[in-house]
Amino acid sequence: MQSLQKITSRFIPLRIENVDTDQIIPARFLKATTKVGFGKNLFRDWRYENDDETKPKADFVLNQKQFSGDILVAAKNFGCGSSREHAAWSIQDYGFKVVVSSFFADIFKNNALNNGVLPVTVTDAFLQQIFAEGAEATLTVDLEKQTITIDNTGASETFDINAYKKTCMLNGYDDIDFLLSMKEEIAAFEKASR
Amino acid sequence: MGKTIFDKIWDKHVVKIIEDGPSVLYIDKHLIHEVTSPQAFSGIEKRGAQLFRPKQIVATADHNVPTMNQHLPIADQLSKFQVDTLIDNCKKHGVELYGLGHEHQGIVHVIGPELGITQPGMTIVCGDSHTSTHGAFGSIAFGIGTSEVEMVFASQCVMQSKPKVMRINIEGAIQNGVVSKDIILFIIAQISASGATGYFVEYAGSAIRALSMEARMTICNMSIEMGARGGIIAPDETTYAYIKGRPFAPKDAEWEIKLAEWKQLFTDADAKFDVEININAADIQPMVTYGTNPGMGLAVTGSVPTLESITDPTEQQNFEKALKYMGLTPGQSLLGMPVQNVFIGSCTNSRIEDFRLVASIIKGKQKYPNVKTLIVPGSQAVAKQIIAEGLDKIFAAAGVEIRQAGCSACLGMNEDKIPAGEYCISTSNRNFEGRQGAGARTMLVSPLTAAAALLTGKISDIRTMLN
Ligand code: SF4
Repeated sequence: MQSLQKITSRFIPLRIENVDTDQIIPARFLKATTKVGFGKNLFRDWRYENDDETKPKADFVLNQKQFSGDILVAAKNFGCGSSREHAAWSIQDYGFKVVVSSFFADIFKNNALNNGVLPVTVTDAFLQQIFAEGAEATLTVDLEKQTITIDNTGASETFDINAYKKTCMLNGYDDIDFLLSMKEEIAAFEKASR
Repeated sequence: MGKTIFDKIWDKHVVKIIEDGPSVLYIDKHLIHEVTSPQAFSGIEKRGAQLFRPKQIVATADHNVPTMNQHLPIADQLSKFQVDTLIDNCKKHGVELYGLGHEHQGIVHVIGPELGITQPGMTIVCGDSHTSTHGAFGSIAFGIGTSEVEMVFASQCVMQSKPKVMRINIEGAIQNGVVSKDIILFIIAQISASGATGYFVEYAGSAIRALSMEARMTICNMSIEMGARGGIIAPDETTYAYIKGRPFAPKDAEWEIKLAEWKQLFTDADAKFDVEININAADIQPMVTYGTNPGMGLAVTGSVPTLESITDPTEQQNFEKALKYMGLTPGQSLLGMPVQNVFIGSCTNSRIEDFRLVASIIKGKQKYPNVKTLIVPGSQAVAKQIIAEGLDKIFAAAGVEIRQAGCSACLGMNEDKIPAGEYCISTSNRNFEGRQGAGARTMLVSPLTAAAALLTGKISDIRTMLN
């Protein structure tokens, strides 16, 4: 897993609530048996007219050239619905390192963290401040300090992340390595609880 | 202080609590399917690791299988490769697979309970969010991502922070024409599509106690649609009677031991919940959704909210976006609206009781001529039972074809899709944009309301059609 410490970047504002994982990556793209290449189908049906890559929808933010950056900012309840980790893979594969919202669905949050994408939960008011900024503005997310800053105005907020997940993210460790190291303890647990 | 049923089961499965971090939670049963497992198998192989407890895993092919001609090779090459990959992986790693053609094959959340694999007090996970279904048996069951599938492969554990607990009490008797699907759609409409995020929900009260196991499963199934980690219902005589005698249920002396354990699984009288919600069962009416998330639901006789009733500007924008997608106008009533498609199926409503309900309405009648139907049993066993009870004849006489088991139009991964712009009255669990096919307009209902639409070609109040 990629590590992440601090990032300053422009951002892509997605002012839509309840973005479900069917929108992030529609089911017809779930036939793959590997994790690569999902980025080109991220938000597929919002991005293209009739599934046609030559017909990008002008009103969708990923198609608006003025917006760019490694940070996606979305309205509340991002990532609800299906548990498909393909959603996190497509966001990561597209190039996003951070997703900001005022509220994340549980499974998506875990999936993102397990793939080196940092979900940053901010207050509704702060989210509105971000949305009020123009395409040139940048955000700085500092994982060590757990802060997110709108660089233009200096407005800043701290965000929560559990200490274990933070360490994993800072160092690029994943849970599977940790669990593999616990096998004996787990076998002992099985015996004791039988 | 007393404990909730959730606490009792959770605490018993914690191998270790990481300081300032999640708990390492032991998993009793792991269910897998073709769509969310291949990357986990290849991940584990890349690490050079073995599956830790392959005997605690059960696999089936459901999401991406055709619902016609299942005896033939799958025509779509990508789908075929995915299903074949599951077969190879299960063989290689010693996992029991109920694949296409197997008598136990079916939607993962239908077969677990019907085979007696799902039992009270267990922890159960699956790379599918509707794993919450199994909570109807008094187990902790929740959906996980593929990285977590790999974790369970590697260690039979996942890392999870303990959620908060919510109890929803539903007291009293439900109206005639109202079924468990309406109860859960009513709850989600009340508390919104994100209202239970961060919580595990216990459903309690006399209205829940009165429900059959299959009806309870429908309720727990949709817990995830309000954001909950899962739903749980304490086991009782109804639960034990359902499990007894099923292929993987405990037998003889072991049954007695297990039964004694299960009887300890209830929430103590003095246990505390973070949130409690009380609902009067008599208030619940047949429900239908009008928007693009399951929280956008109303009584079938009600009308879509007006723009003025929504104050938050972002919410207003989203509401307008949803209505535009659905082709509806604020304030409009839905009763009598024509529909072009009816889907009866999915892990929410594809069990034998659902088919009995539908059959009871359409018996001796003809389907509305222009309505297209997708009627898909949840498992091979359900399909067999439909025939054993002669329900297939009732459907055939009504001009309705019954398909073979699978997820089908619930997620539109195979060819069972709803055409763009058309309405689909659906017994499934998600009305997201494009869920049933690009541009498809899904309206979630109970099997009874779906049966009514099948006959009338319109959104109808089933209560006016009952004797
Ligand atoms: S029926 Fe639908 S919700 Fe249920 S497991 Fe299949 S795809 Fe998921």
